[in-house]
Amino acid sequence: MKELLIILMSSVLVDNYVLSKTLGICPFLGVSKKIDQAVGMGIAVIFVMIMATAATWPVQVYLLDPNGLGYLQTIVFILVIAALVQFIEIVLKKFIPGLHKALGVYLPLITTNCAVLGVTIDNFGNHSVGGEIITGLNFGQSLVYAAGSGLGFLLAMVLFSGVRSRIDGPTTPKVFRGLPVTLIAASVVSLAFLGFGGIIDNLFK
Amino acid sequence: MDKNSKLSVVTKGFLKENPVFVLVLGTCPTIAVTTGLVGAVSMGLAATAVLICSNLVISLLRNIIPDKVRIPCFIVIIAGFVTLVQMLMHAYLPDLYELLGIYLALITVNCIILGRAEMFASKNRPLDSVLDGLGMGLGFTIALICMALIREVFGKGQIWGVDIPFLKDHTIGFLTKSPGGFLVFGLLIALSTVIAAKQGKPAPKLGCAQCPQAGICRSAGVTDDDCAKTEGGND
Repeated sequence: MKELLIILMSSVLVDNYVLSKTLGICPFLGVSKKIDQAVGMGIAVIFVMIMATAATWPVQVYLLDPNGLGYLQTIVFILVIAALVQFIEIVLKKFIPGLHKALGVYLPLITTNCAVLGVTIDNFGNHSVGGEIITGLNFGQSLVYAAGSGLGFLLAMVLFSGVRSRIDGPTTPKVFRGLPVTLIAASVVSLAFLGFGGIIDNLFK
Repeated sequence: MDKNSKLSVVTKGFLKENPVFVLVLGTCPTIAVTTGLVGAVSMGLAATAVLICSNLVISLLRNIIPDKVRIPCFIVIIAGFVTLVQMLMHAYLPDLYELLGIYLALITVNCIILGRAEMFASKNRPLDSVLDGLGMGLGFTIALICMALIREVFGKGQIWGVDIPFLKDHTIGFLTKSPGGFLVFGLLIALSTVIAAKQGKPAPKLGCAQCPQAGICRSAGVTDDDCAKTEGGND
């Protein structure tokens, strides 16, 4: 249980996908202007990350690895994610139209979001849990890791949409207006997350 | 097409239409792998190799791929070449393979490559597409080198892993972390804005117009204005 909590906390705060690993920058900069869009996108990302992990983990462990096909990881994962997103969209449209109305528009955007592919590949990478390095998470840990990464994405989007509403004013120098000041604001938010660095190790000692 | 225009297909990617600083595509690797020159150059060249090959194949298949499923087709072709590059690097350059880690696999979803497939290779002849891939890939590499030079020299006091005498003792450590990446990228985009303003061109904005998914964004109610937040930047 403690292990899962460590994975969750560190993927939300310390190894935040947007602010620390700098993946998924396009939606982070593009869809964070209005808070309702930011929340919609964030929730859709959480949803797809968890579903994608649930789909790709068994594929890797029960299909690719036993047959020595590990090198096909990238191509198989992106196909599985693309098909899964299509499938989720169709299912939501048919059975839960309300949710489809809220999230459906963001779903196709997520197919080629590098954070989603990143999480599914990272599940088999190295993770530091309570002082020791684990290579390859098990299924439960992977799901928690995906949920944490998605939550971290949502958190970053919401925080940043708050910051953005205040930066593009008339006091900003003309050259910096628009994209440059947005990136520099992202730098400051990212700097704040750098402060979480050692928190996990001390919290769960 | 005569020789000059062929050359301009290649060179336009270097500065005039630099994929990173002018078109603002491929932001993620630009910030992630530019803590050192070694990583930047190897990432840039790996992406260039994938871009040239995928542009060639997509251009050859441009009349065969049905319009409706073109994006999944492009992604599969790109992912195939990324896998090839991964296997080659794993075998012959294991150190670089370790250094680039997950970002090598993520070339698959790099929007420069998908963007060029959609904007250029699916509409042009194979030779031009290869040249465009070469130019855009080298432009991406140049941009990564700019970022990495600033971050490595001032962040680590090194250049290509070799210590610089005076700077080694006076480093700005945060430049090598992700906030430093955002900051340097923001400053370079500001520089690019100044240059664009001098030439009377619009300021660089997030590459939504180049993005293959712009259509989806628009149907999602995310207007160009939301996406490209540079209004008032250059008026």
